Amino acid sequence: MTATGPLVLVVDDEAQVRRFLRAALTSRGYRLLEAETAREAEQLATSHTPDVYLLDLTLPDGDGVDLARRLREWTTAPIVVLSARGREEDKVNALDAGADDYLTKPFGVNELLARLRVALRHAQARPGEPAVIEAGPLRVDLARREVTVDGREVRLTPTEFRLLALLARHAGKVLTHRQILREVWGPNATEAHYVRVHMAELRKKVEADPARPRLLVTEPGVGYRLRDRVEGA
Amino acid sequence: MTRQPGRPDPDALLARVTAEARREARTRFKIFFGFAPGVGKTYRMLQVARDLEAEGVDVVIGAIETHGRYDTAGLMLGLEMLPRRALPYRGRVLEEFDLDAALARRPRILLLDELAHTNAPGSRHAKRWQDVVELLDAGVEVYTTLNVQHVESLNDVVEQITHVPVRETVPDSILERADEVEIVDVAPEELLQRLREGKVYLPEQAERAREHFFQRGNLLALRELALRRMAERVDSDVLEYRAEHGVDVPWPTAERVLVCVGPAPDSARLVRAARRIAAGLRAPWVAASVQASGRPPLGDEDRERLEAHLRLAESLGAEVARLTGVGVPDAILEFARRRNVTRIVLGKPRHPRWRDRLRGSLLDDIIRGSGDIEVTVLAGGADEDHERVSAVQRAPARGAGYLRALVVIALTTAVARAARALLGVPDVEMLFLLGVMIAALTTGRRASVLAAALAVVSYDFFFVPPPYTLNVSDARYLLTFVMLFGVSVVIGTLTLRLREQQAAAVGRERRTSALYGISRELGAALDDEGVAAVCARAIAEAFDVEVVFLRVRGDGDLSDLAAVPREAALSPSERAVAQWVAAHGQPAGRGTDTLPGEPVICAPVRAWGDVLAVLALRTEGERGLGAEQHTLLEALARQVALALDRVRLAAEARQAALRAKTEELRSGLLSSVSHDLRTPLAAITGAASTLRAEAELDAATRRDLTDAICEEAERLERLVANLLDMTRLDSGTVEPKREWVPLVEVIGGALTRLERRLAGRPVTTTLPDDLPLVSIDPVLLEQLFRNLLENAAKYTPPGSPLDIRAERDGGTLSVDVADRGPGIPSGDEERIFERFHRGAHAGVRGVGLGLPIARAIAQVHGGRLVAANRPGGGAVFRLTLPLPSERPPPAEPAEGSA
Repeated sequence: MTATGPLVLVVDDEAQVRRFLRAALTSRGYRLLEAETAREAEQLATSHTPDVYLLDLTLPDGDGVDLARRLREWTTAPIVVLSARGREEDKVNALDAGADDYLTKPFGVNELLARLRVALRHAQARPGEPAVIEAGPLRVDLARREVTVDGREVRLTPTEFRLLALLARHAGKVLTHRQILREVWGPNATEAHYVRVHMAELRKKVEADPARPRLLVTEPGVGYRLRDRVEGA
Repeated sequence: MTRQPGRPDPDALLARVTAEARREARTRFKIFFGFAPGVGKTYRMLQVARDLEAEGVDVVIGAIETHGRYDTAGLMLGLEMLPRRALPYRGRVLEEFDLDAALARRPRILLLDELAHTNAPGSRHAKRWQDVVELLDAGVEVYTTLNVQHVESLNDVVEQITHVPVRETVPDSILERADEVEIVDVAPEELLQRLREGKVYLPEQAERAREHFFQRGNLLALRELALRRMAERVDSDVLEYRAEHGVDVPWPTAERVLVCVGPAPDSARLVRAARRIAAGLRAPWVAASVQASGRPPLGDEDRERLEAHLRLAESLGAEVARLTGVGVPDAILEFARRRNVTRIVLGKPRHPRWRDRLRGSLLDDIIRGSGDIEVTVLAGGADEDHERVSAVQRAPARGAGYLRALVVIALTTAVARAARALLGVPDVEMLFLLGVMIAALTTGRRASVLAAALAVVSYDFFFVPPPYTLNVSDARYLLTFVMLFGVSVVIGTLTLRLREQQAAAVGRERRTSALYGISRELGAALDDEGVAAVCARAIAEAFDVEVVFLRVRGDGDLSDLAAVPREAALSPSERAVAQWVAAHGQPAGRGTDTLPGEPVICAPVRAWGDVLAVLALRTEGERGLGAEQHTLLEALARQVALALDRVRLAAEARQAALRAKTEELRSGLLSSVSHDLRTPLAAITGAASTLRAEAELDAATRRDLTDAICEEAERLERLVANLLDMTRLDSGTVEPKREWVPLVEVIGGALTRLERRLAGRPVTTTLPDDLPLVSIDPVLLEQLFRNLLENAAKYTPPGSPLDIRAERDGGTLSVDVADRGPGIPSGDEERIFERFHRGAHAGVRGVGLGLPIARAIAQVHGGRLVAANRPGGGAVFRLTLPLPSERPPPAEPAEGSA
């Protein structure tokens, strides 16, 4: 199998993590670049322009969040950050700084591959957005502002629709509370509970059991994600 | 071996050098001592200072009066001088030595003229010698001057010689403290010559005393006194030297002197005399006062005088003892025997002999009972029965007492007349005795004597024939008068004494009950704040004053712990008083020698030599505290010190218990964790090494081993995550990041995340529609629910249902997570929240941290988590959270979306 797949730049100072990623990714046809430090990562990024970044947040020579911000200044290639549990703030900062998604260490290889696929799909689909997005039983028609669940039409308030549309356009990707507030309520909104209250209302209309959401899932301490692939659906 | 003449012995040289070095090392305090003004003390001090300055020593002048003498002023040229401090006083500005400037400048040697000087009002200390003590304590060397008439123990001798009273005195202890005393001496003739030439300055008020003072005879006597005092000092220097150098000094005669001190003004002389006797014998001495039980307590004035005498004795180096006993002589003799006193010093009695016959003589009793103890009786002094002016006798104003006596006798006369007229009672004398007793019960001594006299006059006037005249027809009645008067006076006196004793008993009782009350309350106080509140309240009640309780912090700062009334606070200058008290452990403020100008009285609370707290009392107006109140305040301060100490010890004991518990927990954690960490690691290592070593494994085995690795790694990850969470929650650093969240989102998050583990279980969630947003940390609370649900998944059979139900009850929100499993073994409802406790189900794997973490999360939110068994089987975990009264702003729809 000749490696012709997307080029991934792995930035992590842990040799064992790189070793596992190398094995997992090359076997799936990805091409791999490895960096141990932020400086090395920037050099490789400018010389090779990778298609996607896998970025650890704690680096020996600096903060991964800063690296994500500097990369975002000149490249639109998706950035997926890796971080340990309990560092929710780091994740939110990285996402707000321009990262596209995050993975909590330790993670399984299937989860990793799923996130990379989502990230790459969004990067490629950027120019012409699809007018219709489907996720499990949910179907969102952005052009006609129509939402159906299992073919049944759902009536949403304008705010709920804007919220759902935003998550649908980024289906599979996590959006932070701040990002959602900015996009739906405008740049000056700061009250995070707006999002939570409207999300609860939206779930009542969209989810089969709003107390056990399967489509609009909460990423604790970070934000929300519309699952694009629902198990058992 | 021969030594060449003129070459000193090297060993002796070395010894001298080390001795000098030692002397150099300690703070030096030097006094230039003279026998009269004008002998040249200041001049000599300046000469020495100039020499030192020339050698490069840092010498600064603190305060020197030249009195316009050029030669003295000339010597001061070129020496650094501290600026004086200007103190406004009654429209004038007084210049005074600036103690704080001196402490800030911190020279090696400070020159301060006139050790006996009284500071201007508004200075920190009343006397200059107190400034010197503070300077020496701060490590500044002081050179100063002193005349013999200012030495406390010689003060009265000087007065006897010169007939000039000298009020400014310096305690002998200061003189003892000096490292070096240089006597500045001139021949009296030369001094008189200087005086004639006008070279001696005398303060204006002393000007008229000058003829008295500067007489050749006086000067000779003073000079002798000064030289003798120095000789004593030299003696003690030698003794000290011998003691320091290990030379065994037998105590010369093993003498010990006891002086009996009373409130009579003469006692001060007695104390000084005793000091001289003790010094002559080189004996330690004790000053004792006796409060005989059954005798009324002293009035304020007497007590103050007595205390002043005892203080004087203390400042002269005596040990002070306050004795109590049934009889004064017995108390003194018992104490004297116990302490191996060899000589008792008493004053000559001054009262007439008949009183001794009536009441017994202290002097006589002591002499008879003294055995082999010598008794020295000195002129004037410890009069054992000084004319008391007790509180009771002064009680009613004099005029009112006389009026009352008059009224009582008038009424008695009326009753007596009625009794004789209506009932024919023959002996009305008894009624008059009753009247005198009643008068004595309500008035003072003089009024009761007046009542007795009035009774006699009235009896004569109304009842002795011829009636309505003071004439007496029958001479036998004269005897009746005398007896009536005599018996009246005796009854009146006895009644009065009874009243005094009763008043004394009431006063003692009140003090005792105040002390008892406060000690009981202090015993109940759990912390410093409690102690401070009890103390401040008790003092405010007992003395009718404003009180601020200041605790001394480790860094010496003071913090207000309690104040009565609540808004009472100290001004900056009053705070400075308190600060001084905290630093020096001596009372200060109004009525003391230190900072008497401030309106507060500050008393230290001391334990083990440390000042723990300062009690600041502000009295109304100019009123100070009475001597008795001072004593009570001291007793209270001791109680408070004990209480503070107890609180500290209790806190330390709690800390120790906590440390022990933590230690126990840590070892429990270690043993449990090491087992739980090793098991999955063993499985992973085993599976992975098998995969690497055996190439010929079939696909199914291979798959089995890799699954095992994944599962065990996940288990390890859960364990590590739990341990980290528990550590974080334990350390107390977890501050919940509260946000306004709908409860359903948190529960939903937990259910979504456990989707796979809860697969196949019916989960019903019942939340009321009107449930308000809750202010919680969504990440932590989701974990709480996840732990509860995981626990349920672990301990209940697969497929059994779970119920989640929330309810709002007034100001609290309760959430139940209920299952239909086997329930909790009875009695284990609390134990399951203990760390590393695991249910008794076989095959359940976990570290036993899930529930403790869930409870800790509830607690950091100010809520509770409890477990119970459910009617109909199964367990229910109930979380209760307080709902804040404030609400978030209502969620707005997005802008422009309407």
